[in-house]
Amino acid sequence: MVEFALNHAWLVPLLPALAFVIIVFLTQRWKRLSSLVSITAMLGSFVIASIIAYGVFTNHEFIEKSLVYSLKWFGMEGFNINVGVMLDPTSSMMLFMVSLVASLIQIYSTGYMKGDPQYSLFFAYLSLFGASMLGLIISSNLLQLFVMWELVGLCSYLLIGFYTFKVSAREAAKKAFMTTRIGDFGMLLGILFLQIKFGTLDLVELAAAIPMFEQFGVSLGLLTLIALLFFMGPVAKSGQFPLHVWLPDAMEGPTPVSALIHAATMVVAGVYLIGRTLFLYVQVPGAMEVVAAIGAFTALFAAAIAITQREIKRILAYSTVSQLGYMMLALGVGSLSASMFHLWTHAFFKALMFLAAGSVLHALHNKADVWDMGGLIKKMPITGWTFVVGGLAIAGIPPFAGFWSKDEILVVTMEYAKHGHALGYVLFGMAAFTAFLTAFYMWRMIFLTFFGKEKAENHPHESPWSMTAPLIVLAVMASIGGLIGTPWANIWGEWINFGEVHHAEPALGLMLLSVILALAGIGLAYTLYCKDGEKKTARKLAENYQSLYQLSYNKFYIDEVYAWFTQKIVDGTARVTYYFDIYFVDGIVNGIAAVTRGSGKGLRYLQTGSMQTYALVFFLAILVITVVLAFGSPSLASIMGGVK
Amino acid sequence: MGTGLNPSYFIGLSAALFAIGMYGALSKRNIISVLISIELMLCAVNINLVAFNKFLTPDAFLGQIFAIFIITVAAAEVGLGLALIIAISRRRETNNLDDLNWLRW
Amino acid sequence: MENVYELIAFILLGGMVLGSALLVVTLKNLVHSVLSLIVTFIAVAGIFLLLNADFLAAVQVLVYAGGVCIMVVFGVMLIQRSDIAESNPVNWRFGFAALLGGGIFILIGMFAARSQWMIAGTEVPKDTVGTFAPILLTDFVIPFEVAAILLTVALTGALLLVKEVKANGDRS
Repeated sequence: MVEFALNHAWLVPLLPALAFVIIVFLTQRWKRLSSLVSITAMLGSFVIASIIAYGVFTNHEFIEKSLVYSLKWFGMEGFNINVGVMLDPTSSMMLFMVSLVASLIQIYSTGYMKGDPQYSLFFAYLSLFGASMLGLIISSNLLQLFVMWELVGLCSYLLIGFYTFKVSAREAAKKAFMTTRIGDFGMLLGILFLQIKFGTLDLVELAAAIPMFEQFGVSLGLLTLIALLFFMGPVAKSGQFPLHVWLPDAMEGPTPVSALIHAATMVVAGVYLIGRTLFLYVQVPGAMEVVAAIGAFTALFAAAIAITQREIKRILAYSTVSQLGYMMLALGVGSLSASMFHLWTHAFFKALMFLAAGSVLHALHNKADVWDMGGLIKKMPITGWTFVVGGLAIAGIPPFAGFWSKDEILVVTMEYAKHGHALGYVLFGMAAFTAFLTAFYMWRMIFLTFFGKEKAENHPHESPWSMTAPLIVLAVMASIGGLIGTPWANIWGEWINFGEVHHAEPALGLMLLSVILALAGIGLAYTLYCKDGEKKTARKLAENYQSLYQLSYNKFYIDEVYAWFTQKIVDGTARVTYYFDIYFVDGIVNGIAAVTRGSGKGLRYLQTGSMQTYALVFFLAILVITVVLAFGSPSLASIMGGVK
Repeated sequence: MGTGLNPSYFIGLSAALFAIGMYGALSKRNIISVLISIELMLCAVNINLVAFNKFLTPDAFLGQIFAIFIITVAAAEVGLGLALIIAISRRRETNNLDDLNWLRW
Repeated sequence: MENVYELIAFILLGGMVLGSALLVVTLKNLVHSVLSLIVTFIAVAGIFLLLNADFLAAVQVLVYAGGVCIMVVFGVMLIQRSDIAESNPVNWRFGFAALLGGGIFILIGMFAARSQWMIAGTEVPKDTVGTFAPILLTDFVIPFEVAAILLTVALTGALLLVKEVKANGDRS
């Protein structure tokens, strides 16, 4: 059975894809049936993915060598594209995680989306998303991966704009699609470069070829360019600065979508992709530094925005951006293991928090401002306590999952610094400060939402079991999911890593530091937002540092800068090219048309309809041609096609 | 090249016949007259072919066989042409070729 | 001396061909033109005999002088509406056409006069039909059959075309 699952891993994406087709074409009219089809397919995928994970993680051969099988898709001289499956510990872990989270979120959605007129369609989209995301994970070829990458982008677009009646949702969907398009453009260029220079897009072949890049006539500079172009895709998709702007707006979509796509799975595709192509990045230290710097900066930047936001989902969104920055940082310092570990734990605790936030919104009829909430934990105990688990996990309190992964990232950053990268200390400082900010803003939100005084106008109630059950499962995963990667028994690092396995000694000092930072953040949030019932200090702080507060609250005006840029520069250029087009290009085209029409009008009178005239001209032409061929000069004869 | 006949004589004859036929085909108003002139031109071609057959490839009979086929096709052409002419003149009530110009601009 | 007779025959027959052909294109009465055409065809048959093509000469007389000309006379009878005496006028192109014809004749004549001929030494076999028939029915059997089909189709088509069209447009 394990053998079967390993050799039929393509079934994992295929099942949700089938579910999509079935729902769209057959069962769309029966809502219950549609959701049942979708969930069954996803659970089936989960089962297969679990068996695959079991098969991979019990066989040590997979550490060295991944299981690859593929079919030829299309090809021509010097250009062959295969589609296939690539199974190694990383992809099996991702398969397991994505299918688990997706299953839970689909179950949750049956409660959350109840009564929605497009209920069936929602599940169809979720299935399509699941199919493409799982397909992305197992791709053995960069082009195949790119197709899946675009498909998840499409699903993201469809699901953000799912509430088509909301203008903001439609706008957010467009924004997401276009912003990621910028990155995909660069990524496609990178892929083309790889194909042109190395003649293959197969991940295994590339991994073998790239270390010898000089044999392929590629200079280090060009390889750096390729790596940076390629990095543009993950920057956009994983919401890294400066293309992070779409991700907070994407929260206009239904909450399960935010949890599934914009927290747990799709946005980490960028991280996963960089992890997959790390063999490229380790060759170019410059690109690695860029990745690390952007990751660390994004982490800090997003955390700084998150501390002043008011909407519950927006805070979570910025938190997601920040955590994705952490993962990028880990990749940038060269640790696939730490990055994937954080990806793994983050998926659980962030999905958990989004779903819990969705549960809150559900109870409060979409009232999203955390300042209007309070004391919800009494009325919604399951939601509240699972959220607290998520908060502990993300803040980094042992033994919850987030602690271990975040600590791992801090450790590898410190090691990177110690290996002679001065930049590493700056990165470490940023990461550590972000850890503090994370604990602070997350617990600010928790205290404001679940603790403190209850608001009289709210009438919350606990959500149905279909929504709370996934919360509990995720809470369990968020609590214990990190235990497989503790420094004392680092099973994780043994399986998922790149290059040589390193056995870091448990860095107790760093652990202590990160716990202190987390506790400090939580403590600060407690003093400002919980102990102080009126929140006087918090308000006073905001007033005293009005400019800083506004800067953070308005997200550092990044959106405004982009809006200015598009309105002035892009639209201006567009206007110029528009006039160029209608006057110059169209002038040429219409001119050609006018000349053609005019000459046609004149020449039609040669068609007299009299056959004898035609024959007269015909014989005259024969006579003339014959005379020319016989008596004309050779050059004239050669024009006529004759040989003298 | 003794005093005997050589292909030039026959080519001259056929050229003259062809020219006459061409003149008729181009200058006659009556459709049937044009058809007759075309027959003259075909005949000129046959003379040529048979002459070449005699002087150049007497054994292979290529020219004569070609001429046979031309006569066959010409016969078919005349039959069909006359049928067309009759059908057209029935509808258009004219046999002047210059009136049959409704395929012009 | 045989050459001289041949030359005399050629001049006589050629004169007949050209004279009657000129009459074909110049006579005012179309029926007279057709009659003149018969003379032309028979003279051409004579030329064929001169060229040792006796089978072709026979075919020429049978098909052209016999079949085609009779068919044409019937055609004239069926379509002629106005006075038959003025049935064969020329149009405005006759000047150009005459010049063009003269030009082509002079050109070809010039080429022919200049040409040097590589005369094959052999004679045409005496038994022309006997030699001719096996070639036609072996090497050329496919064109032969195609010609047969062509004739059938042409005749059927001709029949269909000239069939009386009824008032309601129904041809059947």
